[in-house]
Amino acid sequence: MSNKVVQAMYNDDDILIDAVKEVRAANYHIEEVYTPFPVHGLDKAMGLKGTRIAITAFMYGCVGLVFSVWMMNYMMIEQWPQDIGGKPSFTFIQNMPAFVPIMFEMTVFFAAHLMVITFYMRSRLWPFKEAENPDPRTTDDMFVMEVFVDGNEDELITFLKKTGTVEIKVTEKH
Amino acid sequence: MYTFSSKLKTLSLALMIIGLLGVGYGFLSAPASVDEVKVLLKESHNAHEVTATTDTAVAESGAVAQSEDAHAEHVYHLLKNKPWSALYVALFFFFMISLGTLAFYAIQHVSQAGWSIVLFRVMEGITAYLPIGGVLLFVFFVLSATQNHLFSWMDPEVVANDMLIQNKAGYLNVPFFLGRAAFYILGWVLYRNYARKMTIAQDASSDLSNYRKLFKSSAAFLVFFLVTESMMSWDWIMSLDPHWYSTLFGWYVFSSLIVSAITTIALVSIYLKGKGYLEFVNNSHLHDLAKFMFGFSIFWSYLWFSQFMLIWYANIPEEVTYFVTRFNDYKVPFLGMVVLNFVFPLLILMNSDFKRVPWFIVTTGIIVLIGHYIDIFVMIMPATVGDQWFIGVSEISSVILVLGIFIYVVFNAMTKAPLLAKGSPFIKESENFHY
Repeated sequence: MSNKVVQAMYNDDDILIDAVKEVRAANYHIEEVYTPFPVHGLDKAMGLKGTRIAITAFMYGCVGLVFSVWMMNYMMIEQWPQDIGGKPSFTFIQNMPAFVPIMFEMTVFFAAHLMVITFYMRSRLWPFKEAENPDPRTTDDMFVMEVFVDGNEDELITFLKKTGTVEIKVTEKH
Repeated sequence: MYTFSSKLKTLSLALMIIGLLGVGYGFLSAPASVDEVKVLLKESHNAHEVTATTDTAVAESGAVAQSEDAHAEHVYHLLKNKPWSALYVALFFFFMISLGTLAFYAIQHVSQAGWSIVLFRVMEGITAYLPIGGVLLFVFFVLSATQNHLFSWMDPEVVANDMLIQNKAGYLNVPFFLGRAAFYILGWVLYRNYARKMTIAQDASSDLSNYRKLFKSSAAFLVFFLVTESMMSWDWIMSLDPHWYSTLFGWYVFSSLIVSAITTIALVSIYLKGKGYLEFVNNSHLHDLAKFMFGFSIFWSYLWFSQFMLIWYANIPEEVTYFVTRFNDYKVPFLGMVVLNFVFPLLILMNSDFKRVPWFIVTTGIIVLIGHYIDIFVMIMPATVGDQWFIGVSEISSVILVLGIFIYVVFNAMTKAPLLAKGSPFIKESENFHY
């Protein structure tokens, strides 16, 4: 199987969404779409599976909550009990209201940071990584749809031309 | 056009009758004299004979008799207050649902929100309870000044012996209190009726002049509401404990009010949709309502905890008594409502897909409404009935009575206009709303 792809450029997000729907309806396989900004509804039009990052966020939040409970218990109750404002520091539960803001912040901190790291890992983004977008104009005003050539290349190109594209390129994808 | 089904009408009338009987029973079964209370106390003391005998053995017999008399007198007043308080909690609860809906409705107009227009007639139906609920509450306040002891500062004898209340008498006195209550209720009802008139006029109109008037009046109303809601919470709830104050009380009551209101909007919409009306309401609209339920539940928890933690940490005697009473006498409802109002909606409504499933919203909604009823209960009861609280005939029938009136008024108002406010300029956006 060849790695040949057709890159169809669009200059409007509404035209792009319609094009994506048409291409999918004609049973062509869309490899990827590059856009300068998030296009609302594009994921559904492309038929992408829903993200599971919310589930990871919940789990990271739980980890943060448990960690903060352990941390506050270790610091304030076990290791170095301190009398702050006359509050008894003998048991965790008696001091718990004072720890709630920390527990909340840790939950948010863990969920947010680990979620971002997870997102980078899943998107294969890391420092000094070379950009994957096929055309620098996708960071400005162009939308690029990559379609795998599977069978008749000319037929695909004539089909794409009818979807409102402004430019078509055929390249190899590695 | 919605028709008030005879089944629902019968149900609401039945609720009113059952509730009325129960409330009447509650008033009749309250002890009529201090002597009756003494007998009651004796009976319960006999049940705990062991502790009672050790107590009396220590104390001098004359002093015990005197303190027992004073105690019986105190309990008598608390038990006398109980059916009144039960009625007050129910009246306030349904009134605040209606008032919260009005605030949410005004926010939709001012923010020129597109999604919520298909729900306008549902909200207007719920706010139709506002005039009736307002009158009922006002009558209740007038009766409070003479018939019961809910507001201790209304009693000249109490004030005569209390420096702190004397100093507040310029604000906390019966005529000014009733005047303020009338002013708030009148202001809210005026906006409600005006807004209703404007949206109906907009349906038939060809230009946007009504829409613009509605926008301006809603913005003015929100300013009015923000101030009066805060003052209403001091007057109607915080003044039950006239020594105690909390600076975020107005917000705290607001959070309870708005989350109950949005929940009720969701429940009524789901009911109407289930009956085949509101075909233009899709699950994206429900999703948005559920998001608001989720968000405001957490907002409520935030304020509940903020109020609690600052007072707990500072531990100033005159402030902390408020929570000491609640922890000593109301532990189960006070902490239980945090589970109902925070943990439950947090876990159930966190998932995006669950927010689109009607029966999830209905289940959570009912739990949230029960939780916020208990919230109001725990705001009011400790000051009026102290440790004599009990969720019994009085409390349940008060809720049933007011629920009956609420259902009757709300669904009756819904029949008066088409269920789609088709005149709004954003109506297409609302009908095609999807997420």
